[in-house]
Amino acid sequence: MKRPGFILTTLLLLVALTAPWLAPGDPAALGPVDQSLQPPGWQHPLGTDMHGRDTLDRLIHGSRVSLLVGWISVTMAVVLGTLLGLVAGLGPRWLDLVIMRLTDVFLAFPRIFLVLLLVSLTEPSLLLVMGVLGMTGWMPVARLVRAEALSLRQRDFVVAARGLGLGPVRVALRHVLPNLMPTVLVAASLRVGGAILTESFLSFLGLGAQEPVISWGAMIQQGRAHLLDAWWLTTFPGLAIVITVVGYNMLGDELRRRLDPRWQEAAGRAWTGGEE
Amino acid sequence: MIRFPSPLSAWVLRRLLTSVLLVFLVVSAVFFVVRLAPGDPMDAVIGSADRDLTPQEIRDIQVRYGLHEPLVKQYGRWLSGLLRLDLGISLGQQRPVRDILAGSVPATLLLTVTAYALHLVLALLAGVTMARQRGRWIDHGIQTVGLAFYSVPGFWLGLMAIMLLCRQLGWFPAAGMHAPDAQFMTSGQRFMDLLHHLVLPAATLALGSFMGTARYLRASLDEVLAQDYILAARSRGVPENRIFYHHALRNALLPMITLLGLHLPFLLGGAVVTEFIFGWPGMGRVTVDAIFARDYPVIMATTLTAALSVVLGSLLADILYRVADPRLAPEEEGGPRS
Repeated sequence: MKRPGFILTTLLLLVALTAPWLAPGDPAALGPVDQSLQPPGWQHPLGTDMHGRDTLDRLIHGSRVSLLVGWISVTMAVVLGTLLGLVAGLGPRWLDLVIMRLTDVFLAFPRIFLVLLLVSLTEPSLLLVMGVLGMTGWMPVARLVRAEALSLRQRDFVVAARGLGLGPVRVALRHVLPNLMPTVLVAASLRVGGAILTESFLSFLGLGAQEPVISWGAMIQQGRAHLLDAWWLTTFPGLAIVITVVGYNMLGDELRRRLDPRWQEAAGRAWTGGEE
Repeated sequence: MIRFPSPLSAWVLRRLLTSVLLVFLVVSAVFFVVRLAPGDPMDAVIGSADRDLTPQEIRDIQVRYGLHEPLVKQYGRWLSGLLRLDLGISLGQQRPVRDILAGSVPATLLLTVTAYALHLVLALLAGVTMARQRGRWIDHGIQTVGLAFYSVPGFWLGLMAIMLLCRQLGWFPAAGMHAPDAQFMTSGQRFMDLLHHLVLPAATLALGSFMGTARYLRASLDEVLAQDYILAARSRGVPENRIFYHHALRNALLPMITLLGLHLPFLLGGAVVTEFIFGWPGMGRVTVDAIFARDYPVIMATTLTAALSVVLGSLLADILYRVADPRLAPEEEGGPRS
């Protein structure tokens, strides 16, 4: 148990991948009427909702949305941030200035305001949520990559590669980018948790995943009407989110410890100023 | 860049200029994002009418909100309106957006300032305890509990608090800022009533965020405690408590000033979530309501307010830090490359 974050996130990934086998049947189909709002028990370990649907089954299926949104939006953000950071760090000075001002503008908005504004502009959907989270999450990555690229461009092997007449794209992708990968990976893993949290809030507001797609945030919203008579409906989806986000935050720390030789100097820093 | 005789004032001046540019860019971004997005802000008004509007009526509405003019002209009016603090008229509530903001910003300020005070106290306690008890069970305990709180969705934490502390135990009111009969209270009672309503939203906001600061403080303390002057103090026989609080903590707290600027977006973002759950009549609540009503003038105004306070906050924190720590070279991150 030296890497609890790695183990936890792997388990969650397995649950999401095997959801149709772990919880067979359509999780959105209405259950028997006499099974509605059953408290946790032998037949339904985590109880049922007002339509007689098993909470555990729905949680298992809901994990797919959280992980999908978390991974895809972070991948988008990291690719975008890495590209912009590389261009800013290695490209001409004026481009660097433009990109850094753009980063400042995006960072000036508390993320949730920007996300809500963008999501409200068209019909809510999961795809939109992923796109918006990707579009609003690249800035810290871009800054990080730019800083690393700026220091790498002074290093002998990059200077040599340039001296040999290699084109800027080749230098960026073949010589600088591979050396950035540890930084990028750590930044990515630390951002997944935040993306999952934001997605759950959007789905809670009804601006994310729409029925019949199951998401943990929407499950909490449905349970909100039953805070007193069915506590399990709000409690368990929330716990699922907490466990998932804890897993990814720990994974980020573990990756950093392995990949980033200066992690002790930077310990704790990535947590502040990263997410909304 | 021009060189000024005093590096600090030159730096402050440059920082001010970039902030003004940033404000302009932010203001423009808010305008163009809304106007150029698919879907017309008018759809909300037209959609909310109880019958089909005639083309003439639609035209009238467009004229009323200035949407019939070319984009550049609208942009110009948006800018000049902002200079006069005129934010337009709410589509949903038919009253000036400025009045809506003026009515909600104080509530958000009260909530975020209280929450931040609580956040700092918790972070200081947790950070200092972790650094002093380094590697012992209490260090690991705080890390684990803190990580859990850090990973909790704010809206769920709020719901859990409402479920347990308000509905089950009845210790706190579940929603709003004042009791329904607040107008009949004496001012002392009103104040206590306000505090009573404030406890849970502020605690929710603080609990979800303090661990980031606590970890930062701990890392900062670790760094300082490894410095030579700490070793020198130890070798002189300075008591351990004095070394920790007098020599180490004061230096470790210095970089925390910059966090002030970094935390503003977190606090304002967290306020959106918390205010929504607890029915706190602040800017976050107004924003979410406006999102549902597609009330773009209001959304634009609250988003702008949030962004501008972030720009201002980080500017102040940066300047404060430079003034507080003269060791810093005037050019560092964000400055021109060497």
